[in-house]
Amino acid sequence: MTTLEPPVVARPTAGLSRLVDRHASALPTAAAVGILALLLVGAQVYFGNFLTPRNLSALLLDHAYLIILAVGMTLVILTGGIDLSVGSVLAFTGILGARMLASGLSPAVVVPVMILGGAAIGLMIGVLVQYFDVQPFIASLAGLFLARGLAFVVSLQSVKVQSSSILWLQSTRFGVGDWYITPTGIIAVVVLAAGAFTLAYTRFGRTVYAIGGDEQSARLMGLDVARTRVLVYVVSGACSGLGGLVLTAYSGAGYPRNGIGTELDVIAAVVIGGTLLSGGVGYVLGSLVGVLVYGTIKTIISFKGAEQSWTQITIGMLLLVFIVIQQVIVVRSARRR
Amino acid sequence: MSPTNPPLQARPTERDTVIEMSGITVQFPGVLALDGVDLRLRRGEVHALLGENGAGKSTLIKALTGVQGIDAGSIAVDGVGRTFASTADAERAGIATVYQEVNLCPNLSVGENITLGHEPRRRGRIDWRAAHESALGHLRRFGLDVDPRSTLDSHPLAVRQLVAICRAMVLDARVLILDEPTSSLDRGEVERLFTVVRDLRDQGVAVVFISHFLDQVYEICDRITVLRNGRLVGEYLADELPRGELVSKMIGRELEELETIARSAARVVDRTPPPVLRATGIGRAGSLEPVDVDVYAGEVVGLAGLLGSGRTELARLLAGADTTTSGTIEVRGEPVRLSTPRQAMLQGIAFSSEDRRGEGVVGDLTVAENILLGLQARRGWLRPLRRSERTAVVAEYMQALGVRPADPDMLVRNLSGGNQQKVLLGRWLATAPELLILDEPTRGIDVGAKADIQRKVAELADRGLSVLFISSELEEVLRLAQRIVVMRDRRRIGAVDSRETDIDGLVAFMAHAGRPGAGDPEEVR
Repeated sequence: MTTLEPPVVARPTAGLSRLVDRHASALPTAAAVGILALLLVGAQVYFGNFLTPRNLSALLLDHAYLIILAVGMTLVILTGGIDLSVGSVLAFTGILGARMLASGLSPAVVVPVMILGGAAIGLMIGVLVQYFDVQPFIASLAGLFLARGLAFVVSLQSVKVQSSSILWLQSTRFGVGDWYITPTGIIAVVVLAAGAFTLAYTRFGRTVYAIGGDEQSARLMGLDVARTRVLVYVVSGACSGLGGLVLTAYSGAGYPRNGIGTELDVIAAVVIGGTLLSGGVGYVLGSLVGVLVYGTIKTIISFKGAEQSWTQITIGMLLLVFIVIQQVIVVRSARRR
Repeated sequence: MSPTNPPLQARPTERDTVIEMSGITVQFPGVLALDGVDLRLRRGEVHALLGENGAGKSTLIKALTGVQGIDAGSIAVDGVGRTFASTADAERAGIATVYQEVNLCPNLSVGENITLGHEPRRRGRIDWRAAHESALGHLRRFGLDVDPRSTLDSHPLAVRQLVAICRAMVLDARVLILDEPTSSLDRGEVERLFTVVRDLRDQGVAVVFISHFLDQVYEICDRITVLRNGRLVGEYLADELPRGELVSKMIGRELEELETIARSAARVVDRTPPPVLRATGIGRAGSLEPVDVDVYAGEVVGLAGLLGSGRTELARLLAGADTTTSGTIEVRGEPVRLSTPRQAMLQGIAFSSEDRRGEGVVGDLTVAENILLGLQARRGWLRPLRRSERTAVVAEYMQALGVRPADPDMLVRNLSGGNQQKVLLGRWLATAPELLILDEPTRGIDVGAKADIQRKVAELADRGLSVLFISSELEEVLRLAQRIVVMRDRRRIGAVDSRETDIDGLVAFMAHAGRPGAGDPEEVR
């Protein structure tokens, strides 16, 4: 009888090592939470009037559409893909919605059309990726150009929104004291909660993680890889459509040049929030933190009265730091194998 | 008769056939992977599927579970013809498979890896508490003290292998396929696995057991199906097939052709000049313990050991494909550093990897381009070969090695495995190396090509080339090498002179040398 490996050592199942064994993948997200706390506290100490209910409420509401896009993007990146189309789809559905409202259609028709329009572009990208074996980068780049072109076809100028029910989404404020939230903010929170639940508690969500972990294994485990992969792009497209609605309500108009470069902001927020670009590791709530880090840096810079280009420089540096952290984690776990 | 087999009246009969595969044929580009193979599985038996590397075992399993489409033949489950479109499809029919490469997701928790796809749900959501509890129950059955909520990649390979088996058990399968399930388990774990396998067999499950460990096969299996080179050799009752006969059925007598090759092993090597390569204490933390190896001019040194014994790791260190963390290497008496394959090549060391497609030939280039790659790399890219030189070199090696078809402009991916290997060999020979390291050069290729390659290696050694020859086929190693270094558990356990041993002696040495109670063959320096 030949024995080939040293005996398996029973690992300690208590204390710190157990915590690490269970939650090592949450480390980048924890780091993001730390950075957000540091930014908020630092800004409060520096400005003295930063951590006010008004300011924090605005932080959430100004970035409601980004949060919605980030939820869809998180799903896509978890499978190891990328969706570059979100900014353009946001603009397309926004201008399409505004134009349809201007021509007198009811919001009950317009809102579903916006969401389904986004989902349709997502479906196209998903089918290209899954069945035609196109790189997600290229497939979603095609989506980016298509949606931007369609936006300009709908209108070259900004179209004002008069519909009271759409404007209600932004103008209504539910508040406690100085804290307040608008229906757009509620939409973002609901999408966030739905995303978190789906990823944690449904087979679809777990299949998303499995594909990012090892696609071949996921297939051999009998999981529906093809359907899931197409679906994440559909969800991301639908989120972009919803984001278009929220941004239209927020700005009171549709504009075909909206969201140029937004896809990169969203990807940055998702990565800062602790989702690995290689897939398989990350959380929707981490992406929320990523968006808030992005928003806080922007707010700090406008408080300071400095050029907004500093936002991009800071985000760029943060992104660099986070990608290095992630790479270290990936390399370390590969070495353990 | 092993005491663990069921009593005779409980023996499965023909009526109990669960799976009947007949005439299964699978064609890969350039090679017939399976040629009219039959496999019959019966309720309540443990059925060994045996054969050498490349015999077609894994392909047959993949054909059964729908991972690999079949070109001819039929599969019947309970007498009803079926084809499975995917693993999920096969699982629904009660066929669970644990593949050789552990197919799990390292980023998910242990419990999730066990239950995913069949997870318990409550009110529309996955009930993680129940999932982890059920996973824990299965883990306990194997005596594993593992937290089901910990992520899989925090565990060593042995645990992952058992987790993969636990996953298959969740399915309540009627057919359980275990492809090399014990390759990273220790004796205690194998014992526990076998207890579970016997339980399942007694419950009527048909278990397919694929393994290189013949001891384990005889310990647990009732029936044995042997494959060789993609063809069925036969189906036997384990009790009626002596081990020697089994081995000869696996290796095959058509290898008689190979016997015509002069026993290169009998050649006497002059060991008075300094060796071409002397490695002293070279190792790599975590993958290979320090090893000494000498290779003299004109010598073929065999490297024997089971999969995972460290033989490939050693070859990669000597070829500069991995960097050493200890030890020194001397080439012709001069100390050298080999930290990249290029440095090794400039020292006259050529390395042909065991991963022929991944690290060897470039499938989308032609035969001529593949052969010239090595030579051009050695010259440096700024000194291109003239066209006439290129044609001459390519023609020389294609002819010497007998590459078929003899068309230098053919894309390499359209060649059979054996001819790809010849092209690869030609590439390295064209660089005029002094030491050739061949890792599994004959794996999965047909007998004719095997004979060609062995003949060529023997001939080259006669002319003074040094060769480090790695193969799972011990006959081949014994035939070619004058000296055989034996590896086990990622270290060198000794060396034997091939004139003083035979296959049984070598197997015994590989299995028992250095263990208490085993008579060690005499160590050769």
